Amino acid sequence: MMPGGIQHAPDRGLKHTVDWRIIVCFLLIVLFGWLNIYAAVRSAEPASIFDSRFNCGKQAIWIGAAFLVAILVLFVFNPNVWEAAAMPAYAVVCVLLVAVIFLGEATKGSHSWFSFGPVKFQPAELSKITTSLLLAAYMSRPNFKLGVPRYFWRTAAIILLPMLIIVAESETGSALVYVGFIFVLYREGLSGWYIAIIGMAILLFVLSLTTPLWVPLLLSLACAAAWYFSSRRVSRSLRMRRSALRQSLIGLAAGVALVFATDFLFHHVLKEHQRARIEVLLGLKEDPSGIGYNVKQSMIAIGSGGFFGKGYLSGTQTTYGFVPEQSTDFIFCTVGEEWGFLGSLFVIGLYGLLIWRIVEDAERARQGFTRIYGYCLASCLFMHLVINIGMTIGLVPVIGIPLPMFSYGGSSLLSFTLMIFIFVALNRQENKYF
Amino acid sequence: MEANRKNKLLIGFGVAVAVLLVKLFVIQIVDDRFKVSASNNSMVYNYTYPPRGVIYDRNGMILVGNKISYDILVTPREVGPFDTVGLAAALDTTADFLREKMAYYQKYRTRIGWRTEVLLKQIKSETYLRFAEEEFLYPGFKSQVRCIREYPFNAGGNLLGYISEVNDQDLQRHPDYRRGDYIGKTGLEAVREEDLRGEKGYHIYLRDSRNRLQHAYRDGEFDKDAVPGREIVTTIDARLQQYGQELMRGKVGSVVAIEPSSGEILAMVSSPGIDVDVLADFGKHYDKLSASRYKPLFNRTVQGFYPPGSVFKLVNGLIGLQEGTLRPEMQYPCSMGFPYGNGHKLGCHAHSSPLALRDAIATSCNGYFCYVFRNILENPKYGSTRDAFDVWRDYVLSFGFGAPLGSDFPAEKGGNIPTSGRYDKIYRKHWRFSNIISLSIGQGEITVTPLQIANLAAIVANRGYYYIPHIVRDSDHVTIDEKYRRKQYTKVDAKYFDIAVDGMYMAVNGGGSAGATALAAAIPGIEVCGKTGTAQNPHGKDNSVFICFAPRENPRIAVAAYIENAGFGATWACPIASLLVERYLTGTVLRTDVERRIKNTSLMR
Repeated sequence: MMPGGIQHAPDRGLKHTVDWRIIVCFLLIVLFGWLNIYAAVRSAEPASIFDSRFNCGKQAIWIGAAFLVAILVLFVFNPNVWEAAAMPAYAVVCVLLVAVIFLGEATKGSHSWFSFGPVKFQPAELSKITTSLLLAAYMSRPNFKLGVPRYFWRTAAIILLPMLIIVAESETGSALVYVGFIFVLYREGLSGWYIAIIGMAILLFVLSLTTPLWVPLLLSLACAAAWYFSSRRVSRSLRMRRSALRQSLIGLAAGVALVFATDFLFHHVLKEHQRARIEVLLGLKEDPSGIGYNVKQSMIAIGSGGFFGKGYLSGTQTTYGFVPEQSTDFIFCTVGEEWGFLGSLFVIGLYGLLIWRIVEDAERARQGFTRIYGYCLASCLFMHLVINIGMTIGLVPVIGIPLPMFSYGGSSLLSFTLMIFIFVALNRQENKYF
Repeated sequence: MEANRKNKLLIGFGVAVAVLLVKLFVIQIVDDRFKVSASNNSMVYNYTYPPRGVIYDRNGMILVGNKISYDILVTPREVGPFDTVGLAAALDTTADFLREKMAYYQKYRTRIGWRTEVLLKQIKSETYLRFAEEEFLYPGFKSQVRCIREYPFNAGGNLLGYISEVNDQDLQRHPDYRRGDYIGKTGLEAVREEDLRGEKGYHIYLRDSRNRLQHAYRDGEFDKDAVPGREIVTTIDARLQQYGQELMRGKVGSVVAIEPSSGEILAMVSSPGIDVDVLADFGKHYDKLSASRYKPLFNRTVQGFYPPGSVFKLVNGLIGLQEGTLRPEMQYPCSMGFPYGNGHKLGCHAHSSPLALRDAIATSCNGYFCYVFRNILENPKYGSTRDAFDVWRDYVLSFGFGAPLGSDFPAEKGGNIPTSGRYDKIYRKHWRFSNIISLSIGQGEITVTPLQIANLAAIVANRGYYYIPHIVRDSDHVTIDEKYRRKQYTKVDAKYFDIAVDGMYMAVNGGGSAGATALAAAIPGIEVCGKTGTAQNPHGKDNSVFICFAPRENPRIAVAAYIENAGFGATWACPIASLLVERYLTGTVLRTDVERRIKNTSLMR
C-alpha cells in the first residue's frame, strides 16, 4: 500500500495468492519423512534426531536448505525468469548429465553422482526440472500444435534426450520417470491411444515371460480384430475402412514382433540385476542372489504393521535393520511398519492431495506455461509415488528412486522443493495479476 | 463431472493410487502371512554357515578341508541377570572371564547395540553338548555350529593363506558380510574368496516376549539353505611341496618348481614359512610371526627382490645370438677375469681358456659374458650404446623380467630391469658399457623374483616360450583366465636355445675336469640341465642360486632355488633343486646321503 496519494488496486497478498493446501502437504511430507528417517537410522542407542553423524541429522540440515530454496523462489526470484531460463538451463543440465558419466563417482555400478567433498549431487534430479521447464516453454508457444509432426518430434526430443543420457549413466530407474511426461502430452492433445499402446506393450511383455506363447499372440490378434471391427462400424467410406484395416495389421505385426523380441530384450538388452528384479517380481525365480530378499523383507516390515502400526520407534524390522536402504529408497517400510495402514493411507493421501491440487491449479492457469509446467510436476510426483511405493510392496520391480521429499537425500529434496515452489510461484503470479 | 482430459487423467492417477492402497490393505490387514503379532515380537535369524570350498592339490589330495567347530554367541542386549558360575561351568570357563566379558559389553554397549558378539570360539564338542542342554537358562546366549579349516598336509602354508573373522575394514569393503563371518585374508583363501565362501543360509524363527524361539516363521517359507563353497583344484603337488619345505628347513630363501609345458606351479616354498597348524588359528600366532626377523609371513617367491647372478648369463647369451653379435663358435680369452680400463678387472674363477659359448655357460665364465654383453651394447647397427641398451632391455622384458608375470598369486611383484633413463640420471648422460658391466653377469641394478628365475628355467626348457605361472587349475567348478593357456614367446628364436640347453647340460654332466659348475645336480639316469649362480649380496654372504630342468627332451619340471647367504650356487641351491627334480620324476630319492646333509644343515644363525 502506498502511503497516501492515489489508492492502487489492492495488492493481493500471500494469503490470497498462494495455494496453501500445496504448502501444507509439502510441509507435512517433509516433516513426516524426517521423523521416519530418524526411526529408520535409529539403532539401539537413541541418538538425537539432530545428530549430524546420521542421516536424520543430515536431513535436518537439508530441510533447512530446502526452506531457504522455497523462500528464495517465492520472494526473491521474478517468476518470469523460469520461462526465460528454460532453454539455457536445459542445455547446461544436459552437459552436466554427460559430464557426470566421465567425471562422476561410481555408486553401485552407475556413474550419476558428482561428489564435492561430503556433498554429493545428482544432475538427473535437476534434469526433471529443466526438462519440465523447456517442455512448458516450447509447448506454450503461440502456434504450437502437437498434431504437426515437426512440433511433435521436437517435443519428443526434449523428453528423450535427457532420458537417453540417464540410461547411459546406468540409472534406468530415474529414466523411467520420464515416461510420465506422456500424461502431459495427453493433456495437451496427444491421442489417448499412445498411452493404451504403452500399456499394451507392457502387458504383452509380461505375458510373454509368464505364459505360454499363444496367450500374448492371441491377445494381439484379438485386439487387432476388435480395432478393425469397431472402426469399421463407425466409418462409412471405403477409404477409412482400408485405413482401419491397415492400422489393425500394423498393430498386429508390432504385437507379434514384440512377443518374439521379448526373449531377446530380456536376456541380451537388460542387465543382469534388472533381469533378476523382473524375474522376482513376476515370480519366475525364487530369490536369486538376494534380490527377492529385499522385497520380502520390505513386505514383511510393511505387512507386520497391521492397521494401527507398532507405534513410532517401535518397529522391530526397522530397528534390526533387516531392510536395506531403509532411510532412502525403502523409507516407506518404516511408515508401513510403525504407522500401519493408517499411516500408509495418510502418506499416500498427502501425495494424492498434492498432485490433485497441482493439477487443479494448473488447469485453472491462464498461461500455457504455468499449466504445462504444473502437469509436468504432477506427472513426475505421480511416477515417483507409484514406482517407489509399488516397489516396496512388490507391485513394481525394484527401481532405486526416492519417495519425493520423504526419502533421505539432499539432492532429491532440494530439487523437488525447487520444482514445487517454481509452480507455487508461477501460480501465485497468476492469482496476483489476473 | 465433465469428461475432459484433466478429469480423465485424474481418474487414471486415482486408479493407480487405489491399486497401491488395495495392495497395502491386503498385506497389512487381510493377509496375515506378513503378520508378526503386534506385541513387539520379531523374527530371529539363525544363520547356517556353508562349508567353505575344499582346496585340492593336482593329484586330488586335500590340502585344505573342513571340520566342525562350535562357537558360543551372545547378544548383550538380551542378557538379563544370570547365574555366572553356572554358565561358566557349562562353558568350561571361569566366572571371572564371563564377568570381564560382560563388563566389556556394558562399556561398549552403544557400539554393539543389538549386535551379536562371539563369546567363545571353537569350543570342544562335549562343552557344546553340555551347554545345549542348559541353553534355555541363559537368554541372550546361543551356540552356533560352523565349519573351520583343517589341513591334512603340512604343505603350502604361505600359498594357502588363512581365514579369519571379518574386521571393520573388511565390512566396509564388503558390505555383504556380517560380523562373525569369515573371510580369506591372504594367499589362495583371499584370491579365491568368491568361489570358496559359498552362500550363508538362514532359518527364520519367531520369538516370544520372553525371548524364546517359538516356531519357524511361515513354516520356513522364507528360509534359505546354505550353498557350499566351490572347490578349488590347485596345480601344487602336495608331496613335492612338503618335500621342498623339509629341504628348506633351516635355510632362508625360495624354491619354485614349474611344469614348463603348462606353466603350472608344482611347488613353491618360501622359507622360513608358516606351518599349516599355524594357519588354523592364525590370530594366536600373528604377533610372534610378524615380529620374527626372518619374516615368515613374507612370500619371498613372488615378493622378494634379488640379483639373479650368473643364471642371467643365459639371457645375455641368447640375446647376443639373436642379435648376431654372438655366434656359438666365437671364443674369448679369460685369465681370471675381464679387464675394463683404469686397471679394473671383473674377476673370474679358474677354468680352461679360451672358451666357446657352450663351455662358457657350463663353466659360468664371467669374462666371456662381459664380451657378450659388450658386443650387444656396441653393436654398430644401433647409433649409440643407449639405443642398443633399449633394444637389450626389450629382449629382457620378453623373458618375463622387469614386471609381474601376471600369475594368479596375490601381490606378485615384478623386480626391476633398469632403463636407459635411469643410467642417464646416474651418469649424467655419459655412460657406456664399462659403467654397467655388472649387468653382464646378472649383478648391478637388476633385481628379479624367484618365480621369474623359475620361469626362465621353463623358458629354456621350452626353447623360447613360457606359460604364465599359476597355481589354480581348471576344474568342474572354476575356470581359469584364458591368458594362462596362451604361449608367451620371447623375442629370441627357438633355434638359438639349443646351444643354451647344451651348455646347461654340460654344466651338470660335463665332468669336473672341464670346469662344470653344477655337478651336484646330476641324477643317475636323468638328463638334468642346469645353471648355477652366485649372486653378490650387499647385505652379507653371497646368495646361492640354481635353475634347472629335466629331462632334457620334453622337460616335465623346471626348478629355481634361491638360498640367501649360502655361498656358492653349487653348494646349496644346486642339490636342493636337484633333489626336488629326482623326487618329482622318480617318486623317490636314492641319493639319501645328499638328502641327509641338506636336511640336517641349518644356515640360519
